[in-house]
Order: sequence, then structure tokens, then C-alpha cells
Amino acid sequence: MSKFNLPKNSKIRKGKHHAAPGGAGGKTRRFKIYRYDPDSGDNPRTDTFDVDTENCGQMVLDALIKIKDEADPSLTFRRSCREGICGSCAMNIDGTNTLACTKPLDEVRGEVRIYPLPHMPVVKDLVADMANFYAQYTLIEPWLKTDTPPPASRERLQGPEDRAKLDGLYECILCACCSTSCPSYWWNGDRYLGPAILLQAYRWLIDSRDEATGERLDELEDSFRVFRCHTIMNCTRTCPKSLNPAQAIGAIKMLLMERR
Amino acid sequence: MALRDRPLSPHLQIYRPQLTSVLSIIHRLCGVFLASGAMMLCFWLVTAAAGPEYYAWSEWFLTSWVGYALLLAWSFSLFYHMCNGIRHMFWDIGVGFSIKSIYVSGVFMVLAAFGLTGLSWGLGLYFYFTR
Repeated sequence: MSKFNLPKNSKIRKGKHHAAPGGAGGKTRRFKIYRYDPDSGDNPRTDTFDVDTENCGQMVLDALIKIKDEADPSLTFRRSCREGICGSCAMNIDGTNTLACTKPLDEVRGEVRIYPLPHMPVVKDLVADMANFYAQYTLIEPWLKTDTPPPASRERLQGPEDRAKLDGLYECILCACCSTSCPSYWWNGDRYLGPAILLQAYRWLIDSRDEATGERLDELEDSFRVFRCHTIMNCTRTCPKSLNPAQAIGAIKMLLMERR
Repeated sequence: MALRDRPLSPHLQIYRPQLTSVLSIIHRLCGVFLASGAMMLCFWLVTAAAGPEYYAWSEWFLTSWVGYALLLAWSFSLFYHMCNGIRHMFWDIGVGFSIKSIYVSGVFMVLAAFGLTGLSWGLGLYFYFTR
């Protein structure tokens, strides 16, 4: 059953205010950031940070690093590549999910509100527990499955047309922005696979070299795994790589219907 | 630490409402509301079949201000659910998934729902006053 309210231990309290070091300048911006300290046993809170954006990079991630560097070294978040290819810094910024490293501060009006990916267990601050998401990825067996032996002395070939079918799918970096933007995934994330995993499932379903298409569809033939998608389309709207998970899910639904 | 002890990150509380999700939840609410309209329809038919003294109950309720307001809301819900249902059928055949299509079809669908509601009430009132 869907629970629309936050559980008691997840209610957000008012947090601390960190003024900009050296006082407020002309380009000071206010950041409201979700904090949760697992060691304290306290409820999560939102801290306010005033940041001088004059001496700061242009992306939200730059500001987070500046805060960690200058205001509060305990601020915890994942980041790695800083160029939108690793998917580590996925979080909820200004009400929608995106990558902090490719989200320009200029695109946010007023206060910059930053939360972890929605409806996920929080490990600390902006770090969400991705265990369920990765378990679901394991479930779809995201690798090439074949029965026939590979051609002697070379790899399995694929023509340009078949290769083109993977465009818009292989670019997915599994940041989970789409899955955690989906209300269906919020309410049924234990049984519904969610947009990111289904886009990946489709990537293997239509790979001309893969020989397990029927087996893969059997795994998805279930009233929850695929069909909890109600084409809300928050996924496509929020994807930081401009991919279209909703379309991939629509294609899976058609594949499932065609073989019935 | 056990998973259940971890707090749940905020979701509905913080996620920005946008055309995609708002039109979807209105579709769901209209559907639920139409189910109550179906019960009213049954009540109306049953009282009509039971005789004039029973039909007077329906007549009294449906021609009250509350009744008219409900009829207006039910008719709008019907057209909204129908227009968005057609939009869903296009998605079911794999058409209209781009963000631009979603937004254009969404706005068009809402205008169509208002337009059809206005048209049906306009025609109804026209025939009522010119009979």
C-alpha cells in the first residue's frame, strides 16, 4: 500500500545556518541541503549554507565541493567524474532529479534546494542506498546471452542498422534519476523494476546478437515488473542524458503483447 | 546498520509538480470520481424504473445546486478521462513519447476536455431553452 507521508524517523527537522565565510557579498546564494547523520540517531534536517558564488565553479557540484571545503567538511555526497558520465552525483536539485555536475547554478532560481534521490533509504546526507536498484539490475542479466558458438577467430558482428537500434539506450549511465522520479517506483519499488532497469532490459531485448529474447521476456511477464508503468513520464522528463525510458518501456509492453 | 533504520528520503514532499505527473494524477482522480458517477447513474435509472414518486428523489437531488455542480464535474471528468485515454492509446502503439509530443498532446488534451464539456453543456442548455 502506498504511504504518502514520510515515516516518523524520516521527518525533516530544521537545521543549522552556515553564513558565508567573510560575510555576504553581491553574488552570495543560499543553499538548503538535506542532512542526515547516522551516528547521531537524530532525524534528518535541512541545513542552510550561504555561498559566495563569485569564487565558485558554475555547476551545483562545484558549490557542494566548496561547501565541503570551506563550511562543513562532514557534508557527504557521491561524486567522481564531474562530467556527467559516471552517474555518481545524481540527486534532487530544485525539485527534479539530475546530476549535480551538469546542472548549472544559473538554471536554479532563488534558493538551491538539494535532497537525496527521492524515496530511497538514506545512508548519510545526500548518499542514498542503491542496493535494491542494483539487485534489480542483476535480475535482468545485463550481458550478452547466446546458445550458438561464436564465429571462429572473430567477435559476433552486428550491421549498422542493428547497431543503430542501441542508440539512445547504451548511453544510460544508471544514475537512477529516472527511477527515483517515478511515483510508481516510489510506491512499488520492491516489485516494479522502474524506468532505468527497464531501459536496460530493452537494450538487451533488441540487441541483434542476443539469443535469449524469449527468456528475457518471460522474466518480465508479470503484472508488476513492467506493467506498473502508467506512462506518467517523469522519467523521460528528468533524464540528465536526455534518453527516453518511457519509450523503451512502451516498446517492451508491445513486445510482451505481440507474443501473447 | 539495518536497512529499516535508515530514514526514507523525501519524495512527494519535494518533487516539483510538472505537466507529466499532474495530468497523470488528475486522470486517476477523474477515474475514481467517475466510479461514483456510475453509482449515481444507477440510482437515477433505478428510481426512474421504480415509479414517479421515487424518480422525484433523483429529480430533487440532480436539479439542486449540488446536483448541478456534481453533474458538471462528472461531465468534465468523463471528457478528461476519455481524451487522456485516447492519448494513452497512442502511447500503447508506441507513438508520442518525445518530451515535445507529451507536452503538446497534454495541453491539447486539457483544452479538448474543457471544450467538449462546454460544448455538451451549451447544447444541453440550448435545447432546454428552445424546446
